[in-house]
Amino acid sequence: MANDVKDLVVIGSGPAGMAAAVEACALGMTVSVLDEQPAIGGQIYRRVEDAPEALQMILGKDYGAGRVLAEEFRQSGAAHIPGATVWNLTGDGVIDYVDAGGTRTISATNVLIATGAMERPFPIPGWTLPGVMGAGAAQIMLKSAGAQPAGPVVLAGCGPLLYLLAWQYLRAGVKLAGLVDTTRFSTYVTALGKVHGAVTGRKDLVKGLGLISRVRLARVPIYSGASGLEILGEDHAEGIRFRHKGKSREIPAGLVLLHQGIVPNTQLSWSLRAEHRWDAAQLCWTPVTDDAGRLGETQIHVAGDSRRIVGALASAIQGRLSVLAMHERKGGTAQPGRKAELQRQLARYTALRPFLDVLYRPLDEHRIPADHVTVCRCEEVTAGEVRSYVDLGCLGPNQTKSFGRCGMGPCQGRLCGLTVTEVIAAARKVAPGEVGYYRIRPPIKPIHLGSFAQSTS
Amino acid sequence: MTTETLFLIPQKAGQAMVRIEFEGETLRVPDGISVAAALLSSSRGALRTSIVKGTPRAPYCMMGVCFECLVEIDGIPARQGCMTLVRDGMIIKRQSGAPSLDGLASGGKNGK
Ligand SMILES: Cc1cc2nc3c(=O)[nH]c(=O)nc-3n(C[C@H](O)[C@H](O)[C@H](O)COP(=O)(O)OP(=O)(O)OC[C@H]3O[C@@H](n4cnc5c(N)ncnc54)[C@H](O)[C@@H]3O)c2cc1C
Ligand code: FES
Repeated sequence: MANDVKDLVVIGSGPAGMAAAVEACALGMTVSVLDEQPAIGGQIYRRVEDAPEALQMILGKDYGAGRVLAEEFRQSGAAHIPGATVWNLTGDGVIDYVDAGGTRTISATNVLIATGAMERPFPIPGWTLPGVMGAGAAQIMLKSAGAQPAGPVVLAGCGPLLYLLAWQYLRAGVKLAGLVDTTRFSTYVTALGKVHGAVTGRKDLVKGLGLISRVRLARVPIYSGASGLEILGEDHAEGIRFRHKGKSREIPAGLVLLHQGIVPNTQLSWSLRAEHRWDAAQLCWTPVTDDAGRLGETQIHVAGDSRRIVGALASAIQGRLSVLAMHERKGGTAQPGRKAELQRQLARYTALRPFLDVLYRPLDEHRIPADHVTVCRCEEVTAGEVRSYVDLGCLGPNQTKSFGRCGMGPCQGRLCGLTVTEVIAAARKVAPGEVGYYRIRPPIKPIHLGSFAQSTS
Repeated sequence: MTTETLFLIPQKAGQAMVRIEFEGETLRVPDGISVAAALLSSSRGALRTSIVKGTPRAPYCMMGVCFECLVEIDGIPARQGCMTLVRDGMIIKRQSGAPSLDGLASGGKNGK
Protein backbone atom coordinates (compact mmCIF):
# COMPACT_ATOMS: atom_id res chain seq x y z
CA MET A 1 0.00 0.00 0.00
CA ALA A 2 1.87 3.01 -1.27
CA ASN A 3 0.02 5.39 1.03
CA ASP A 4 1.90 4.17 4.08
CA VAL A 5 5.57 4.46 3.18
CA LYS A 6 7.74 5.03 6.23
CA ASP A 7 10.86 7.17 6.04
CA LEU A 8 12.68 4.35 7.80
CA VAL A 9 11.96 0.74 8.67
CA VAL A 10 14.47 -0.87 11.00
CA ILE A 11 14.78 -4.66 11.15
CA GLY A 12 15.96 -5.59 14.65
CA SER A 13 15.48 -3.83 17.98
CA GLY A 14 18.89 -4.44 19.53
CA PRO A 15 21.23 -1.55 20.38
CA ALA A 16 21.85 -0.76 16.67
CA GLY A 17 18.16 -0.71 15.77
CA MET A 18 16.96 1.17 18.86
CA ALA A 19 19.65 3.85 18.59
CA ALA A 20 18.96 4.30 14.87
CA ALA A 21 15.25 4.75 15.56
CA VAL A 22 15.95 7.35 18.24
CA GLU A 23 18.29 9.29 15.95
CA ALA A 24 15.83 9.13 13.04
CA CYS A 25 12.86 10.31 15.09
CA ALA A 26 14.92 13.25 16.35
CA LEU A 27 15.46 14.21 12.70
CA GLY A 28 11.73 14.10 12.08
CA MET A 29 11.60 10.80 10.19
CA THR A 30 8.68 8.38 10.48
CA VAL A 31 10.03 5.11 11.83
CA SER A 32 8.83 1.53 12.35
CA VAL A 33 10.95 -1.12 14.04
CA LEU A 34 10.26 -4.79 13.39
CA ASP A 35 11.61 -7.55 15.60
CA GLU A 36 10.78 -11.22 15.74
CA GLN A 37 11.14 -11.23 19.51
CA PRO A 38 8.19 -10.29 21.69
CA ALA A 39 10.18 -7.47 23.37
CA ILE A 40 12.82 -4.91 22.47
CA GLY A 41 16.48 -5.19 23.46
CA GLY A 42 18.13 -7.55 20.98
CA GLN A 43 20.59 -10.11 22.30
CA ILE A 44 22.54 -8.14 24.88
CA TYR A 45 19.53 -6.30 26.34
CA ARG A 46 17.02 -9.15 26.01
CA ARG A 47 14.05 -8.53 28.34
CA VAL A 48 15.74 -5.37 29.65
CA GLU A 49 12.46 -3.54 30.26
CA ASP A 50 10.96 -5.99 32.71
CA ALA A 51 13.84 -8.07 34.09
CA PRO A 52 13.32 -8.65 37.82
CA GLU A 53 15.82 -6.89 40.06
CA ALA A 54 17.49 -10.11 41.21
CA LEU A 55 18.14 -11.05 37.60
CA GLN A 56 19.59 -7.62 36.82
CA MET A 57 22.01 -8.08 39.71
CA ILE A 58 23.16 -11.38 38.22
CA LEU A 59 23.52 -10.01 34.70
CA GLY A 60 25.62 -7.01 35.71
CA LYS A 61 26.10 -3.32 34.90
CA ASP A 62 26.51 -3.54 31.12
CA TYR A 63 23.08 -5.15 30.90
CA GLY A 64 21.50 -2.46 33.04
CA ALA A 65 22.88 0.20 30.69
CA GLY A 66 20.38 -1.03 28.10
CA ARG A 67 17.50 0.40 30.12
CA VAL A 68 18.50 3.96 29.25
CA LEU A 69 18.50 3.22 25.54
CA ALA A 70 15.23 1.27 25.78
CA GLU A 71 13.60 4.21 27.52
CA GLU A 72 14.88 6.67 24.92
CA PHE A 73 13.48 4.37 22.27
CA ARG A 74 10.06 4.22 23.94
CA GLN A 75 9.94 8.00 24.09
CA SER A 76 11.18 8.54 20.55
CA GLY A 77 7.84 8.07 18.84
CA ALA A 78 9.07 5.14 16.72
CA ALA A 79 6.51 2.38 16.23
CA HIS A 80 7.59 -1.02 17.52
CA ILE A 81 6.09 -4.07 15.84
CA PRO A 82 6.90 -7.06 18.06
CA GLY A 83 6.81 -10.72 17.08
CA ALA A 84 7.39 -9.73 13.46
CA THR A 85 9.70 -12.06 11.54
CA VAL A 86 11.00 -10.49 8.34
CA TRP A 87 11.22 -13.13 5.60
CA ASN A 88 11.69 -10.98 2.52
CA LEU A 89 13.28 -7.64 1.69
CA THR A 90 13.68 -6.02 -1.70
CA GLY A 91 16.31 -3.51 -2.79
CA ASP A 92 13.66 -0.81 -3.13
CA GLY A 93 12.42 -1.08 0.43
CA VAL A 94 9.50 -3.50 0.42
CA ILE A 95 9.51 -5.72 3.48
CA ASP A 96 7.43 -8.85 4.01
CA TYR A 97 7.03 -10.15 7.53
CA VAL A 98 4.92 -12.62 9.38
CA ASP A 99 3.40 -12.03 12.80
CA ALA A 100 0.65 -13.70 14.81
CA GLY A 101 -1.94 -12.45 12.35
CA GLY A 102 -0.34 -13.77 9.16
CA THR A 103 1.95 -12.24 6.57
CA ARG A 104 2.09 -8.49 6.04
CA THR A 105 3.96 -5.98 3.92
CA ILE A 106 5.45 -2.62 4.84
CA SER A 107 7.36 -0.17 2.62
CA ALA A 108 10.04 2.36 3.41
CA THR A 109 12.21 4.95 1.74
CA ASN A 110 15.15 3.70 3.83
CA VAL A 111 15.72 0.33 5.45
CA LEU A 112 18.20 -0.49 8.18
CA ILE A 113 19.21 -4.12 8.63
CA ALA A 114 20.16 -4.43 12.31
CA THR A 115 19.68 -8.15 12.75
CA GLY A 116 22.73 -8.69 14.93
CA ALA A 117 24.83 -11.78 15.34
CA MET A 118 24.57 -15.46 16.17
CA GLU A 119 26.98 -17.78 17.90
CA ARG A 120 29.59 -19.26 15.61
CA PRO A 121 28.86 -22.92 14.87
CA PHE A 122 31.07 -25.29 16.90
CA PRO A 123 31.33 -28.45 14.78
CA ILE A 124 32.99 -31.09 16.95
CA PRO A 125 32.16 -34.76 17.55
CA GLY A 126 28.87 -35.03 19.45
CA TRP A 127 27.77 -31.40 19.10
CA THR A 128 24.31 -32.47 17.91
CA LEU A 129 23.51 -34.37 21.14
CA PRO A 130 20.79 -33.12 23.51
CA GLY A 131 22.61 -31.52 26.42
CA VAL A 132 24.94 -29.56 24.14
CA MET A 133 23.98 -25.93 23.57
CA GLY A 134 25.56 -22.59 22.88
CA ALA A 135 26.72 -20.61 25.91
CA GLY A 136 24.75 -17.72 24.40
CA ALA A 137 21.71 -20.00 24.23
CA ALA A 138 22.06 -20.79 27.92
CA GLN A 139 22.41 -17.08 28.60
CA ILE A 140 19.12 -16.54 26.73
CA MET A 141 17.56 -19.13 29.09
CA LEU A 142 18.90 -17.10 32.01
CA LYS A 143 17.81 -13.69 30.72
CA SER A 144 14.39 -14.66 29.43
CA ALA A 145 13.30 -17.36 31.87
CA GLY A 146 15.68 -17.09 34.82
CA ALA A 147 16.62 -20.70 34.04
CA GLN A 148 19.83 -22.21 35.40
CA PRO A 149 21.59 -25.52 34.81
CA ALA A 150 20.04 -28.24 36.98
CA GLY A 151 23.12 -30.44 37.21
CA PRO A 152 26.84 -30.45 36.41
CA VAL A 153 27.69 -27.99 33.63
CA VAL A 154 30.87 -27.38 31.65
CA LEU A 155 31.57 -24.23 29.62
CA ALA A 156 33.95 -24.78 26.73
CA GLY A 157 35.56 -22.75 23.95
CA CYS A 158 36.65 -19.13 23.91
CA GLY A 159 35.45 -15.55 23.68
CA PRO A 160 34.09 -12.81 25.93
CA LEU A 161 30.57 -14.23 26.09
CA LEU A 162 31.88 -17.53 27.49
CA TYR A 163 33.59 -15.80 30.43
CA LEU A 164 30.67 -13.44 30.89
CA LEU A 165 28.28 -16.37 31.29
CA ALA A 166 30.68 -18.09 33.71
CA TRP A 167 30.73 -14.91 35.78
CA GLN A 168 26.94 -14.51 35.62
CA TYR A 169 26.45 -18.16 36.66
CA LEU A 170 28.75 -17.67 39.64
CA ARG A 171 26.71 -14.64 40.71
CA ALA A 172 23.59 -16.77 40.38
CA GLY A 173 25.14 -19.43 42.61
CA VAL A 174 25.54 -22.02 39.84
CA LYS A 175 28.44 -24.43 40.34
CA LEU A 176 30.63 -24.97 37.29
CA ALA A 177 32.17 -28.41 36.77
CA GLY A 178 34.80 -26.79 34.58
CA LEU A 179 35.75 -24.04 32.17
CA VAL A 180 37.59 -25.51 29.20
CA ASP A 181 39.34 -22.57 27.57
CA THR A 182 40.80 -23.02 24.09
CA THR A 183 42.61 -19.66 24.15
CA ARG A 184 46.34 -20.27 23.94
CA PHE A 185 48.93 -18.43 25.91
CA SER A 186 50.96 -17.89 22.74
CA THR A 187 47.98 -16.02 21.24
CA TYR A 188 48.12 -13.53 24.09
CA VAL A 189 51.60 -12.69 22.90
CA THR A 190 50.51 -12.27 19.28
CA ALA A 191 47.46 -10.32 20.37
CA LEU A 192 49.63 -7.97 22.39
CA GLY A 193 50.98 -6.75 19.07
CA LYS A 194 47.51 -5.31 18.50
CA VAL A 195 47.37 -3.60 21.86
CA HIS A 196 48.62 -0.41 20.31
CA GLY A 197 45.15 0.02 18.87
CA ALA A 198 43.69 -1.22 22.10
CA VAL A 199 45.12 1.43 24.39
CA THR A 200 42.01 3.53 24.11
CA GLY A 201 39.98 0.41 24.81
CA ARG A 202 41.97 -0.35 27.94
CA LYS A 203 38.94 -0.08 30.20
CA ASP A 204 37.21 -2.89 28.32
CA LEU A 205 40.36 -4.94 28.35
CA VAL A 206 40.73 -4.65 32.11
CA LYS A 207 37.05 -5.48 32.53
CA GLY A 208 37.43 -8.62 30.39
CA LEU A 209 40.47 -9.85 32.26
CA GLY A 210 38.72 -9.08 35.53
CA LEU A 211 35.90 -11.48 34.64
CA ILE A 212 38.35 -14.29 34.00
CA SER A 213 40.27 -13.75 37.20
CA ARG A 214 37.08 -13.70 39.22
CA VAL A 215 36.05 -17.02 37.73
CA ARG A 216 39.51 -18.30 38.67
CA LEU A 217 39.14 -17.03 42.22
CA ALA A 218 35.87 -18.89 42.57
CA ARG A 219 37.90 -22.10 42.29
CA VAL A 220 36.30 -23.18 39.09
CA PRO A 221 38.65 -25.68 37.44
CA ILE A 222 39.95 -23.83 34.37
CA TYR A 223 41.77 -25.73 31.63
CA SER A 224 43.57 -23.12 29.55
CA GLY A 225 44.99 -23.88 26.12
CA ALA A 226 42.72 -26.90 25.67
CA SER A 227 42.15 -28.42 22.23
CA GLY A 228 40.55 -31.43 20.51
CA LEU A 229 37.13 -30.92 22.11
CA GLU A 230 34.73 -33.88 21.85
CA ILE A 231 31.34 -34.48 23.45
CA LEU A 232 30.86 -37.83 25.18
CA GLY A 233 27.58 -39.77 25.18
CA GLU A 234 25.28 -41.75 22.88
CA ASP A 235 21.73 -40.32 23.19
CA HIS A 236 22.61 -37.25 25.22
CA ALA A 237 25.71 -35.47 26.46
CA GLU A 238 27.49 -37.20 29.33
CA GLY A 239 30.63 -35.10 29.38
CA ILE A 240 33.45 -33.59 27.42
CA ARG A 241 36.88 -34.91 26.41
CA PHE A 242 39.77 -32.66 25.42
CA ARG A 243 43.53 -32.41 25.30
CA HIS A 244 45.20 -30.30 27.95
CA LYS A 245 48.94 -30.00 28.55
CA GLY A 246 49.62 -33.08 26.45
CA LYS A 247 47.08 -35.27 28.28
CA SER A 248 43.59 -36.41 27.38
CA ARG A 249 41.08 -35.35 30.01
CA GLU A 250 37.40 -35.92 30.59
CA ILE A 251 34.86 -34.04 32.66
CA PRO A 252 31.47 -35.68 33.23
CA ALA A 253 28.53 -33.31 32.75
CA GLY A 254 24.99 -33.59 31.42
CA LEU A 255 25.13 -30.06 30.04
CA VAL A 256 27.98 -28.78 27.90
CA LEU A 257 27.80 -25.15 26.78
CA LEU A 258 29.95 -24.40 23.75
CA HIS A 259 31.01 -21.00 22.48
CA GLN A 260 33.69 -19.71 20.13
CA GLY A 261 32.59 -16.20 19.37
CA ILE A 262 29.76 -14.69 17.38
CA VAL A 263 29.36 -14.03 13.67
CA PRO A 264 27.15 -11.60 11.74
CA ASN A 265 23.65 -12.69 10.83
CA THR A 266 23.93 -12.01 7.09
CA GLN A 267 20.86 -13.85 5.84
CA LEU A 268 19.03 -10.70 4.71
CA SER A 269 22.00 -9.04 3.01
CA TRP A 270 22.78 -12.30 1.16
CA SER A 271 19.16 -12.62 0.09
CA LEU A 272 19.49 -9.20 -1.58
CA ARG A 273 22.39 -10.58 -3.64
CA ALA A 274 24.56 -7.87 -2.11
CA GLU A 275 28.31 -8.30 -2.38
CA HIS A 276 29.97 -9.98 0.61
CA ARG A 277 33.60 -10.52 1.38
CA TRP A 278 35.40 -13.07 3.50
CA ASP A 279 36.69 -11.32 6.60
CA ALA A 280 39.98 -13.03 7.41
CA ALA A 281 40.25 -11.40 10.85
CA GLN A 282 36.77 -12.44 12.01
CA LEU A 283 36.62 -15.64 9.92
CA CYS A 284 33.18 -14.96 8.50
CA TRP A 285 31.37 -13.32 5.58
CA THR A 286 30.55 -9.63 5.90
CA PRO A 287 28.47 -7.47 3.55
CA VAL A 288 30.40 -4.90 1.53
CA THR A 289 29.18 -1.43 2.51
CA ASP A 290 30.39 2.15 2.62
CA ASP A 291 31.41 3.72 5.95
CA ALA A 292 27.81 4.40 6.85
CA GLY A 293 26.79 0.81 6.17
CA ARG A 294 25.06 1.41 2.84
CA LEU A 295 24.77 -1.58 0.50
CA GLY A 296 25.90 -0.39 -2.93
CA GLU A 297 23.56 2.20 -4.41
CA THR A 298 20.52 0.88 -2.58
CA GLN A 299 18.34 2.52 0.07
CA ILE A 300 19.46 -0.18 2.47
CA HIS A 301 21.98 0.16 5.25
CA VAL A 302 23.40 -2.43 7.62
CA ALA A 303 24.48 -1.49 11.16
CA GLY A 304 25.75 -3.25 14.24
CA ASP A 305 26.85 -6.84 14.54
CA SER A 306 25.03 -7.84 11.35
CA ARG A 307 27.58 -5.72 9.41
CA ARG A 308 30.66 -6.95 11.29
CA ILE A 309 31.11 -7.88 14.95
CA VAL A 310 31.73 -4.66 16.89
CA GLY A 311 29.85 -5.09 20.20
CA ALA A 312 26.81 -3.37 21.64
CA LEU A 313 28.12 0.18 22.15
CA ALA A 314 29.66 0.46 18.69
CA SER A 315 26.53 -1.14 17.19
CA ALA A 316 24.40 1.67 18.60
CA ILE A 317 26.70 4.34 17.19
CA GLN A 318 26.70 2.68 13.77
CA GLY A 319 22.91 2.70 13.79
CA ARG A 320 22.96 6.46 14.41
CA LEU A 321 25.59 7.12 11.73
CA SER A 322 23.59 5.15 9.16
CA VAL A 323 20.60 7.36 9.88
CA LEU A 324 22.68 10.54 9.48
CA ALA A 325 23.82 9.28 6.06
CA MET A 326 20.21 8.63 4.98
CA HIS A 327 19.28 12.10 6.15
CA GLU A 328 22.18 13.71 4.28
CA ARG A 329 21.31 11.88 1.09
CA LYS A 330 17.89 13.45 1.24
CA GLY A 331 19.54 16.85 1.49
CA GLY A 332 19.07 17.22 5.21
CA THR A 333 21.70 18.50 7.58
CA ALA A 334 22.32 17.26 11.08
CA GLN A 335 23.32 19.28 14.09
CA PRO A 336 26.85 20.63 13.48
CA GLY A 337 29.51 18.38 14.95
CA ARG A 338 27.11 15.51 15.55
CA LYS A 339 28.63 13.23 12.96
CA ALA A 340 32.21 13.91 14.04
CA GLU A 341 31.31 13.25 17.65
CA LEU A 342 29.67 9.92 16.77
CA GLN A 343 32.68 8.95 14.68
CA ARG A 344 34.98 9.67 17.61
CA GLN A 345 32.86 7.45 19.85
CA LEU A 346 32.85 4.70 17.26
CA ALA A 347 36.65 4.76 17.04
CA ARG A 348 36.83 4.50 20.82
CA TYR A 349 34.43 1.57 21.04
CA THR A 350 36.09 -0.38 18.25
CA ALA A 351 39.71 0.19 19.32
CA LEU A 352 39.92 -3.12 21.15
CA ARG A 353 38.37 -5.21 18.38
CA PRO A 354 41.56 -6.18 16.45
CA PHE A 355 43.03 -7.39 19.73
CA LEU A 356 39.94 -9.47 20.54
CA ASP A 357 39.83 -10.93 17.04
CA VAL A 358 43.38 -12.26 17.40
CA LEU A 359 43.07 -13.33 21.02
CA TYR A 360 39.81 -15.23 20.62
CA ARG A 361 40.40 -16.65 17.16
CA PRO A 362 38.76 -20.08 17.32
CA LEU A 363 41.07 -23.04 16.72
CA ASP A 364 41.27 -24.38 13.15
CA GLU A 365 40.32 -27.89 14.29
CA HIS A 366 37.09 -26.55 15.82
CA ARG A 367 36.09 -24.80 12.59
CA ILE A 368 37.41 -27.21 9.97
CA PRO A 369 36.65 -30.57 11.57
CA ALA A 370 37.72 -34.16 10.85
CA ASP A 371 35.86 -36.26 8.28
CA HIS A 372 33.43 -37.99 10.65
CA VAL A 373 32.09 -34.78 12.22
CA THR A 374 28.61 -33.59 11.22
CA VAL A 375 28.75 -30.12 9.70
CA CYS A 376 25.18 -29.73 8.40
CA ARG A 377 22.98 -30.52 11.39
CA CYS A 378 19.71 -30.38 9.47
CA GLU A 379 20.56 -32.81 6.69
CA GLU A 380 23.29 -34.64 8.62
CA VAL A 381 26.17 -34.16 6.21
CA THR A 382 29.71 -34.75 7.49
CA ALA A 383 32.90 -32.85 6.73
CA GLY A 384 34.16 -35.97 4.95
CA GLU A 385 31.15 -35.98 2.63
CA VAL A 386 31.76 -32.32 1.77
CA ARG A 387 35.42 -33.17 1.02
CA SER A 388 34.28 -36.01 -1.23
CA TYR A 389 32.16 -33.51 -3.20
CA VAL A 390 35.31 -31.44 -3.72
CA ASP A 391 37.05 -34.53 -5.11
CA LEU A 392 34.19 -34.78 -7.60
CA GLY A 393 34.64 -31.20 -8.71
CA CYS A 394 32.51 -29.20 -6.27
CA LEU A 395 33.94 -25.65 -6.12
CA GLY A 396 31.95 -23.99 -3.34
CA PRO A 397 29.04 -24.16 -0.88
CA ASN A 398 26.47 -23.30 -3.53
CA GLN A 399 27.43 -26.32 -5.62
CA THR A 400 27.23 -28.77 -2.70
CA LYS A 401 23.50 -28.75 -3.41
CA SER A 402 24.10 -30.66 -6.64
CA PHE A 403 25.90 -33.39 -4.70
CA GLY A 404 23.72 -33.76 -1.64
CA ARG A 405 21.38 -31.83 0.63
CA CYS A 406 24.01 -29.94 2.60
CA GLY A 407 22.64 -26.52 3.57
CA MET A 408 19.14 -27.28 2.31
CA GLY A 409 17.44 -27.93 5.65
CA PRO A 410 15.28 -25.47 7.57
CA CYS A 411 18.22 -23.49 9.02
CA GLN A 412 19.15 -22.53 5.45
CA GLY A 413 22.85 -22.94 6.05
CA ARG A 414 23.07 -20.72 9.13
CA LEU A 415 24.64 -23.53 11.16
CA CYS A 416 26.88 -24.98 8.43
CA GLY A 417 27.62 -22.20 5.92
CA LEU A 418 30.84 -20.93 7.46
CA THR A 419 32.11 -24.46 8.14
CA VAL A 420 31.37 -25.61 4.60
CA THR A 421 33.08 -22.50 3.20
CA GLU A 422 36.24 -23.21 5.15
CA VAL A 423 36.20 -26.99 4.64
CA ILE A 424 35.96 -26.55 0.87
CA ALA A 425 38.57 -23.77 0.79
CA ALA A 426 41.01 -25.89 2.78
CA ALA A 427 40.39 -28.95 0.56
CA ARG A 428 40.87 -26.87 -2.58
CA LYS A 429 43.82 -25.01 -1.03
CA VAL A 430 42.33 -21.63 -1.93
CA ALA A 431 41.22 -18.65 0.15
CA PRO A 432 37.67 -18.91 1.60
CA GLY A 433 36.72 -15.76 -0.32
CA GLU A 434 37.21 -17.70 -3.55
CA VAL A 435 34.73 -20.48 -2.84
CA GLY A 436 31.73 -18.24 -2.20
CA TYR A 437 28.65 -18.99 -0.16
CA TYR A 438 25.21 -20.55 -0.48
CA ARG A 439 22.71 -18.67 -2.58
CA ILE A 440 20.22 -17.42 -0.02
CA ARG A 441 16.73 -16.85 -1.39
CA PRO A 442 13.66 -15.51 0.32
CA PRO A 443 11.83 -16.56 2.38
CA ILE A 444 14.83 -16.31 4.73
CA LYS A 445 12.74 -17.91 7.46
CA PRO A 446 10.43 -20.83 6.75
CA ILE A 447 6.85 -19.62 6.77
CA HIS A 448 3.89 -21.79 7.55
CA LEU A 449 1.72 -21.93 4.49
CA GLY A 450 -1.22 -21.24 6.75
CA SER A 451 0.18 -17.74 7.30
CA PHE A 452 -0.55 -16.86 3.69
CA ALA A 453 -4.15 -17.98 4.05
CA GLN A 454 -4.54 -15.62 7.02
CA SER A 455 -2.67 -12.76 5.46
CA THR A 456 -4.31 -9.39 5.36
CA SER A 457 -3.79 -7.24 2.34
CA MET B 1 17.58 -40.80 28.55
CA THR B 2 18.74 -38.39 31.22
CA THR B 3 17.27 -38.80 34.65
CA GLU B 4 16.79 -35.12 35.32
CA THR B 5 16.00 -31.97 33.41
CA LEU B 6 18.85 -29.88 31.99
CA PHE B 7 17.64 -26.60 33.48
CA LEU B 8 15.58 -25.47 36.42
CA ILE B 9 13.68 -22.26 37.00
CA PRO B 10 13.77 -21.17 40.65
CA GLN B 11 10.17 -20.54 41.69
CA LYS B 12 9.28 -17.07 42.86
CA ALA B 13 6.34 -16.22 45.07
CA GLY B 14 3.52 -14.71 43.06
CA GLN B 15 4.89 -15.97 39.75
CA ALA B 16 2.06 -16.43 37.24
CA MET B 17 1.99 -20.00 35.97
CA VAL B 18 0.35 -21.70 33.02
CA ARG B 19 -0.42 -25.32 32.24
CA ILE B 20 0.87 -26.89 29.05
CA GLU B 21 0.73 -30.47 27.87
CA PHE B 22 3.80 -32.19 26.44
CA GLU B 23 3.39 -35.72 25.09
CA GLY B 24 0.33 -36.21 27.28
CA GLU B 25 2.05 -35.02 30.45
CA THR B 26 0.76 -31.84 32.10
CA LEU B 27 3.45 -29.34 33.04
CA ARG B 28 3.09 -26.22 35.14
CA VAL B 29 5.49 -23.58 33.89
CA PRO B 30 6.02 -19.84 34.40
CA ASP B 31 4.02 -17.63 32.07
CA GLY B 32 5.94 -15.53 29.55
CA ILE B 33 8.72 -18.00 28.74
CA SER B 34 9.33 -19.83 25.46
CA VAL B 35 8.12 -23.34 24.77
CA ALA B 36 11.75 -24.48 24.40
CA ALA B 37 12.74 -22.95 27.75
CA ALA B 38 9.69 -24.56 29.37
CA LEU B 39 10.49 -28.01 28.01
CA LEU B 40 14.20 -27.80 28.79
CA SER B 41 13.40 -27.03 32.40
CA SER B 42 10.54 -29.43 33.02
CA SER B 43 10.93 -32.38 30.70
CA ARG B 44 13.64 -34.87 29.89
CA GLY B 45 15.59 -35.85 26.84
CA ALA B 46 15.17 -35.07 23.19
CA LEU B 47 12.42 -32.88 21.79
CA ARG B 48 12.63 -34.37 18.34
CA THR B 49 14.54 -36.76 16.14
CA SER B 50 16.58 -35.70 13.15
CA ILE B 51 15.25 -35.89 9.62
CA VAL B 52 17.77 -38.26 8.04
CA LYS B 53 19.10 -40.63 10.67
CA GLY B 54 16.51 -40.22 13.41
CA THR B 55 19.05 -39.15 16.03
CA PRO B 56 17.81 -37.36 19.16
CA ARG B 57 17.92 -33.56 19.14
CA ALA B 58 17.13 -30.72 21.53
CA PRO B 59 17.20 -26.91 21.32
CA TYR B 60 20.69 -25.60 20.57
CA CYS B 61 20.64 -21.83 19.87
CA MET B 62 17.46 -20.54 21.62
CA MET B 63 17.38 -17.60 19.20
CA GLY B 64 15.64 -18.95 16.13
CA VAL B 65 18.56 -19.89 13.90
CA CYS B 66 19.24 -23.64 14.31
CA PHE B 67 15.72 -25.12 14.03
CA GLU B 68 16.59 -27.89 16.50
CA CYS B 69 13.62 -26.91 18.67
CA LEU B 70 10.94 -27.82 16.14
CA VAL B 71 7.87 -29.29 17.87
CA GLU B 72 4.24 -29.75 17.05
CA ILE B 73 2.14 -27.09 18.79
CA ASP B 74 -1.65 -27.33 18.89
CA GLY B 75 -1.65 -29.59 15.86
CA ILE B 76 0.68 -27.46 13.72
CA PRO B 77 3.96 -29.26 12.98
CA ALA B 78 7.46 -27.82 12.88
CA ARG B 79 6.98 -24.76 15.07
CA GLN B 80 10.08 -23.12 16.53
CA GLY B 81 9.77 -23.77 20.25
CA CYS B 82 12.35 -21.13 21.16
CA MET B 83 10.40 -18.39 19.34
CA THR B 84 6.95 -19.34 20.64
CA LEU B 85 5.75 -18.28 24.07
CA VAL B 86 3.83 -20.76 26.24
CA ARG B 87 0.10 -20.27 26.49
CA ASP B 88 -2.28 -21.85 28.95
CA GLY B 89 -3.71 -25.06 27.51
CA MET B 90 -1.10 -25.42 24.78
CA ILE B 91 -0.65 -28.98 23.52
CA ILE B 92 2.88 -29.82 22.42
CA LYS B 93 4.15 -32.99 20.79
CA ARG B 94 7.54 -34.33 19.80
CA GLN B 95 8.50 -33.93 16.21
CA SER B 96 9.90 -37.01 14.59
CA GLY B 97 11.80 -37.11 11.35
CA ALA B 98 10.92 -35.89 7.91
CA PRO B 99 7.17 -35.18 7.99
CA SER B 100 8.18 -32.25 10.17
CA LEU B 101 8.68 -30.01 7.20
CA ASP B 102 5.33 -30.46 5.52
CA GLY B 103 3.45 -27.23 5.72
CA LEU B 104 6.57 -25.11 5.61
CA ALA B 105 7.76 -22.95 2.80
CA SER B 106 11.48 -22.53 2.97
CA GLY B 107 14.04 -20.85 0.70
CA GLY B 108 14.66 -22.92 -2.40
CA LYS B 109 12.79 -25.98 -1.16
CA ASN B 110 9.40 -27.30 -0.27
CA GLY B 111 7.78 -24.13 -1.52
CA LYS B 112 4.40 -24.83 -2.98
C1 LIG C 1 23.06 -15.22 22.10
C2 LIG C 1 23.86 -13.97 22.22
C3 LIG C 1 24.00 -13.36 23.46
C4 LIG C 1 24.74 -12.19 23.60
N1 LIG C 1 24.88 -11.64 24.84
C5 LIG C 1 25.67 -10.56 25.01
C6 LIG C 1 25.89 -10.00 26.30
O1 LIG C 1 25.33 -10.47 27.29
N2 LIG C 1 26.72 -8.93 26.42
C7 LIG C 1 27.34 -8.38 25.32
O2 LIG C 1 28.10 -7.42 25.47
N3 LIG C 1 27.14 -8.87 24.09
C8 LIG C 1 26.33 -9.95 23.91
N4 LIG C 1 26.14 -10.48 22.66
C9 LIG C 1 26.75 -9.80 21.52
C10 LIG C 1 25.70 -8.98 20.78
O3 LIG C 1 25.65 -9.46 19.46
C11 LIG C 1 25.98 -7.49 20.72
O4 LIG C 1 26.65 -6.99 21.80
C12 LIG C 1 24.72 -6.64 20.48
O5 LIG C 1 23.57 -7.26 20.97
C13 LIG C 1 24.62 -6.38 19.01
O6 LIG C 1 23.61 -5.46 18.79
P1 LIG C 1 22.81 -5.40 17.44
O7 LIG C 1 21.82 -4.32 17.61
O8 LIG C 1 23.73 -5.37 16.29
O9 LIG C 1 22.05 -6.82 17.32
P2 LIG C 1 21.15 -7.64 18.35
O10 LIG C 1 21.19 -7.11 19.70
O11 LIG C 1 21.50 -9.06 18.14
O12 LIG C 1 19.67 -7.41 17.80
C14 LIG C 1 19.22 -7.96 16.59
C15 LIG C 1 17.72 -8.11 16.65
O13 LIG C 1 17.25 -8.43 15.35
C16 LIG C 1 16.19 -9.34 15.44
N5 LIG C 1 16.10 -10.07 14.18
C17 LIG C 1 17.06 -10.83 13.58
N6 LIG C 1 16.60 -11.33 12.42
C18 LIG C 1 15.32 -10.89 12.27
C19 LIG C 1 14.33 -11.05 11.26
N7 LIG C 1 14.54 -11.78 10.16
N8 LIG C 1 13.12 -10.46 11.44
C20 LIG C 1 12.88 -9.70 12.56
N9 LIG C 1 13.80 -9.49 13.54
C21 LIG C 1 15.01 -10.08 13.39
C22 LIG C 1 16.56 -10.21 16.62
O14 LIG C 1 15.39 -10.77 17.20
C23 LIG C 1 17.25 -9.23 17.56
O15 LIG C 1 16.38 -8.72 18.54
C24 LIG C 1 25.37 -11.62 22.48
C25 LIG C 1 25.22 -12.23 21.23
C26 LIG C 1 24.47 -13.39 21.09
C27 LIG C 1 24.33 -14.01 19.74
S1 FES D 1 16.66 -23.58 19.50
FE1 FES D 1 17.62 -22.94 17.65
S2 FES D 1 15.90 -22.34 16.47
FE2 FES D 1 15.02 -22.76 18.36
